[in-house]
Amino acid sequence: MTEKPDLRAAVAAGVGGSEESFRALLAAIVEVARSIFGAKASSILLLDEATEELVFEAVVGEGEDTLLGTRFPAGKGIAGWVLATQTPLVIEDVQQDPRFAKDVAEDSGYVPSGLMAAPLMHEERALGVLSVLDRPEQSLFSLQEMELLGLFANQASIAVDLLLKARKANTVLLQSEGDLEVVARLAAVVDALEDEKRASGIKLLNDLAGTLGA
Amino acid sequence: MQDVSAHGWDAGQAALPAWSLPKDAVDRIALPGDWPERVTREWALGGSTGKGARVCILDSGVEAGHPRVGDLESAVVISIGENEEVIAEEDTEGDVSGHGTACAGIVRTLAPECSISSVRVLGSTFTGSGSILLGGLRYAVEQGFDVINMSLSTTKKPFASVLHELADNAYFKRTVLVASAHNMPVESYPWRFSSVISVGSHEEDDSLAFFANPNPPVEFFGRGVNVEVPWLGGRSLKVSGNSFATPHLSAICALILAKHPELTPFQLKSVLYLTATNVGGGK
Repeated sequence: MTEKPDLRAAVAAGVGGSEESFRALLAAIVEVARSIFGAKASSILLLDEATEELVFEAVVGEGEDTLLGTRFPAGKGIAGWVLATQTPLVIEDVQQDPRFAKDVAEDSGYVPSGLMAAPLMHEERALGVLSVLDRPEQSLFSLQEMELLGLFANQASIAVDLLLKARKANTVLLQSEGDLEVVARLAAVVDALEDEKRASGIKLLNDLAGTLGA
Repeated sequence: MQDVSAHGWDAGQAALPAWSLPKDAVDRIALPGDWPERVTREWALGGSTGKGARVCILDSGVEAGHPRVGDLESAVVISIGENEEVIAEEDTEGDVSGHGTACAGIVRTLAPECSISSVRVLGSTFTGSGSILLGGLRYAVEQGFDVINMSLSTTKKPFASVLHELADNAYFKRTVLVASAHNMPVESYPWRFSSVISVGSHEEDDSLAFFANPNPPVEFFGRGVNVEVPWLGGRSLKVSGNSFATPHLSAICALILAKHPELTPFQLKSVLYLTATNVGGGK
């Protein structure tokens, strides 16, 4: 992240989606994932690189009231392995695994007996993990489901990347101590204008840029 | 190291030219023609228990003494020192996730008498995990294992060239690197390199069934769906993923190399192709 205030980030924060809208997108992705697999729950965990922790960013189904925002060490549990190796994994009878982050699950009063997990990749980086918990017990896992999980993980990765960019832009805006807020507001206002007014607004901004010597 | 004396040819002693073959040297590289008219699964691994073959599990560690894994030949954990040197210390912690134990269990089930060693490259930290992975692979290649099971990969491009070099070194040192293919649309390594044996999953429930892929880079498919494996604490789980198909191929390689220690990685890959279930194997 740049130390100096970044005008582009300020504009991005103005015209880009808000954190709330990206969170809603993540929630929608886990909701569809849960529904498609007929699972009891689904979640997206993001890696907080500073603390090396995984954070629940989106949860649907069992545990959705309590898990959101919960953190645990990124080296812990099956999600930790998926993140470190950037490899998807499917495991049944998860309770039998003493390394499963059971304390987290038990806090929510819900311990899954099966878990599908795929890494959220953006370019070379693993951003987090998409999990689908407790598929129907009678159904045997198939490669088709693995492929579907990968597709969802890919979609979730794009949403997560947008969320992280929005956060970065907003952080820059906050660090500028209000100086750039007007730029963000201006960008948002112009972006929301209808055709003709929008064209006039952009022309006005271009004239202003010319006056300021840009 | 493998005993290649049975082959009647030792490249080191013969002082053969490295880059060309003069006319008078042709006789010196004559190889015994002991290949069967038709390479069958029975010829390749029939009766083999893996005895004599040394398999390395490069992963999250292995729980020693698990009833479905047994004793290990050695277990080390890899770290990187202040001067970027690779440090391999005795691993007293064991498996940090259960995955390495699962891979070792698959190998043990199919090749009950092979030797298994663990090189742990996971579990200490996320920052620097790529360097630890490379360091672990470098260490494993130096140990001269017959087979290195690598059920993981990296997407970091800066590591690709070093991994490529390590994979080629292994290939020429007669160490077979069996690497898990990524089952998501991302580019990762080392499974994409032609000097390794790359593995994806099939859905059959036969652990010895494996298929040659006519459309690489994934070269072979091993059993990777609904596999019962040992996990931590002496327990068992049912798991799926390419990372579990890989040890199936590693075990099959160990069975073949135990019976035919003279095979180079190139020859081994040819035997795998000729005995693959969709090519003529299993008969």
